[in-house]
Amino acid sequence: MSILAFIGRRLAAMVVLLALLSLLCFGLLGLSPGSPEQLLLGTRPSTPELRATIRAEFHLDEPFLMQYWHWLTDAVRFDFGVSAHTQQEVTAIIGERFHVTALLAVYGLVVALLVAIPAGLYAGVKQGKPGDQVITFGALLAISAPAFALSVLLLYVFGVALNWFPVFGAGEGLAENIYHLTLPAIALAAGSAALMIRQLRASVLDVTNQDFMTFARARGLSPARIWTVYLLRNSCLPMLTISGLVLAGSLAGAVIIEQSFGLAGLGSQLITSVQQLDIPVVQALALLTGATVIIVNLLVDLAYIVIDPRVRHPRSAA
Amino acid sequence: MSQIAGQAPPAAAPRKRRRLGVSVVLCLAVLIPIVISAVFGSAIAPHDPALQDPTLGALAPNGTYWLGTDDLGRDIFSRLIAGAYTAVAGPLLVALGTTLTGTVIGLLAAYRGGWFDTVAMRGVDLMYALPAMLVLIIAVGVLGGGYYVAVVLLIFLTVPTNIRLVRSAALSQKEMAYVESARVMGLSPARIIGVHILPNVSPTVVTNFLLDFVGALVGLSGLSFLGLGVPAGTADWGLMLAENRAIMDLNPMAIVAPAALITLTATAATVLADAAYKRISQAGAQRD
Repeated sequence: MSILAFIGRRLAAMVVLLALLSLLCFGLLGLSPGSPEQLLLGTRPSTPELRATIRAEFHLDEPFLMQYWHWLTDAVRFDFGVSAHTQQEVTAIIGERFHVTALLAVYGLVVALLVAIPAGLYAGVKQGKPGDQVITFGALLAISAPAFALSVLLLYVFGVALNWFPVFGAGEGLAENIYHLTLPAIALAAGSAALMIRQLRASVLDVTNQDFMTFARARGLSPARIWTVYLLRNSCLPMLTISGLVLAGSLAGAVIIEQSFGLAGLGSQLITSVQQLDIPVVQALALLTGATVIIVNLLVDLAYIVIDPRVRHPRSAA
Repeated sequence: MSQIAGQAPPAAAPRKRRRLGVSVVLCLAVLIPIVISAVFGSAIAPHDPALQDPTLGALAPNGTYWLGTDDLGRDIFSRLIAGAYTAVAGPLLVALGTTLTGTVIGLLAAYRGGWFDTVAMRGVDLMYALPAMLVLIIAVGVLGGGYYVAVVLLIFLTVPTNIRLVRSAALSQKEMAYVESARVMGLSPARIIGVHILPNVSPTVVTNFLLDFVGALVGLSGLSFLGLGVPAGTADWGLMLAENRAIMDLNPMAIVAPAALITLTATAATVLADAAYKRISQAGAQRD
């Protein structure tokens, strides 16, 4: 299969996925309990004029697919209407809160990589030694501990008992943001760091057993060269995939973390809007998050082709 | 080189098996009391888990209330015992439903191939693209229905992983000589799949079951933590964690204990899954 055919197929699959995702998001309005009209009315007093305006604005008298089409054409221009609860522009709500979630996601990824790369490499090289066992067990705990349990524990230990970190909000300005987001970033990073450690450890073990490693040692190459050129390059490749997926997954993971730490990000907004049945906001957040995950997945696959020549020429490698 | 590699395992194997035993015993020591609590619930709790005594307020652990009380004066220890029900029942239902459907579809997809396989795998790819927790939060939040709607949704969201794992395990079995000879002997596909292939993919199925349980425990208690799962007032580990955040300075055990219990249960089931996989595949290998 040529690379172009592969890319073409992946692009086609992505378009289908995005179409389905948008249909699901739009369908939320019809699936929710209560009439769409009532939902979109929100907390406003019900007057015949307002009801008529809403019916016209959301094309509620047209068939479902036409409504969907109107919604979708607006959505691709980032026009998601106004919140049923506050009448604020949905795009403005998202704009206000985006930076907290984005910072949290990037911070979480940095923490995860900083912990996982040394720990994973060490565990892989020292396989079976006490250091490896400690790291492996730690990774097991981190992978099993749900983010919300970890968040509350971190809050208690470092926020309340030791009083090192603030327990609420994201603070003002970048420096304060970073300080305030440290515990949330650790909570967010724990699970993905554990995944990375396992992956790295496994690929180090895999690479060490390859023939080219034996030959490299037999040829008398320096340990430094073996480490950087052979071991690191080969075992860190999967980190790229994981990093992309972790970053995209952070958007979903942030829901629980932001709720635990009282951060005004997209995740906590989603919970609030879901509880208020503020459908326009939920639709927008669901569509944007879902689309981000789908697009990042594609980009990660494409990046793999660029970085790993073996994926580009599968025949010659085999 | 290969001789050295060949000599190493026998020396390492007995030590490994003994260590496996210890971890399995530890896991069971965690899981069995939790299952007992889930079955008997408040009957074995020292206090009524729902009994409020506002005059007490949030007490720190003491002789009467081993893990203290929450702000309504309810006994934390008793609520943890009562909360084992939602921590076990829902995840168990999810694990059963998912493993059953996933195994059947996965086996059929592998054995029959063709359009069934294509349709199943495209469906799996589709579900993979959606972040499960997000779907759960939005669907349960918007549709309502709480805990049991979440159980049904979780089955749908977890099935793709199971299908994929069972399918790939079954695919490698399908190429084996014993399947070919069974087919030549004229055995029915149902018999080949059920009697011959299924036992050989059983390590995967058992592991799936336990890991589905873990995933569902984390998902369901997470939903309850967000206030979208069990109704307010229910004794549930996730909900307790959310409710007692406000009193963590008065009675830290009110949040430490449920957090630790969820983590311990999840870890124990994960380790057990790992051990079960090794044990069952070893038993199969020895029989050959």
